Amino acid sequence: MSSSYDVSSSLNNKNANLNVGKKLKALIVDDDPIVRMVHKALLKKFGMETHEAKNGQEAVLTQRSGACFDLILMDLDMPVMNGRQATKELRDMHVCSLIAGVTSLGEAEKKSFMDAGLDYYYQKPLAIDVVRNLVEKIKDDA
Amino acid sequence: MESVNQLQRKLAEYTASLYNEKILDEQFIQLQQLQDENNPDFVVEVVSLFFEDSERLLNELAKALNQTNVDFKKLDANVHQLKGSSSSIGAQRVQRVCIAFRNYCDERNVEGCLQCLQQVKNEYTLVKNKLETLFKLEKQFVDAGGSFPVA
Repeated sequence: MSSSYDVSSSLNNKNANLNVGKKLKALIVDDDPIVRMVHKALLKKFGMETHEAKNGQEAVLTQRSGACFDLILMDLDMPVMNGRQATKELRDMHVCSLIAGVTSLGEAEKKSFMDAGLDYYYQKPLAIDVVRNLVEKIKDDA
Repeated sequence: MESVNQLQRKLAEYTASLYNEKILDEQFIQLQQLQDENNPDFVVEVVSLFFEDSERLLNELAKALNQTNVDFKKLDANVHQLKGSSSSIGAQRVQRVCIAFRNYCDERNVEGCLQCLQQVKNEYTLVKNKLETLFKLEKQFVDAGGSFPVA
């Protein structure tokens, strides 16, 4: 099943919509409040402004209300709407954000999650070095 | 009244034992690295939330296994959450039991699940006691004039 996500056009959209010159914004999507708390601290440490969503549907609704994030950290297993479905919907909306899947999966599930439209995939729990590199990369691309 | 140096040594030895006994793993060190002047109580806050959430999940697990018709899907979802949060704070032994617990859920093995529930309760109680002791030692160290990072 091919994804409707096209790399080159979405990159152009990203440059147009990024909060250039302002603080980088991230959306943390996870149903576990402890994971949200840890990821929030990780991103804040590297200067990002953070927002949270408890499941995929909240993430999609936040985007629909006009928010624009530089980065979305997307968990997979969530109630109401999971990360795979949310990622597909966000790509269908042509969001400007980089989407990083963060979960603890085997290879088979990782591929299907990536295919939904992830830019990156990381194993949970996120390490400080991983986040440092990711934020640097986002700043460079901005 | 113990000196700062004695408390520092006590704290270092106690911390080392937690890693040696695999009660905590490197993820806990990551949490400590996230604590700074902008976020001075971060570790205690996350751990407190972990305690609250785990106790709720353990109650849910006990309730689910008490049913005549066990809802393994719900059981698995709760174990999955406990696995995720314990791995986020570095509670390695709790996380490991959760992995075995999920396998029993997949097999719909009630006996196996009950055993794992007991095990995960034990491991949770252990890590809770150990962390509470750690925080007490840290407080004693700071009250005696010690500061972090340890010189």
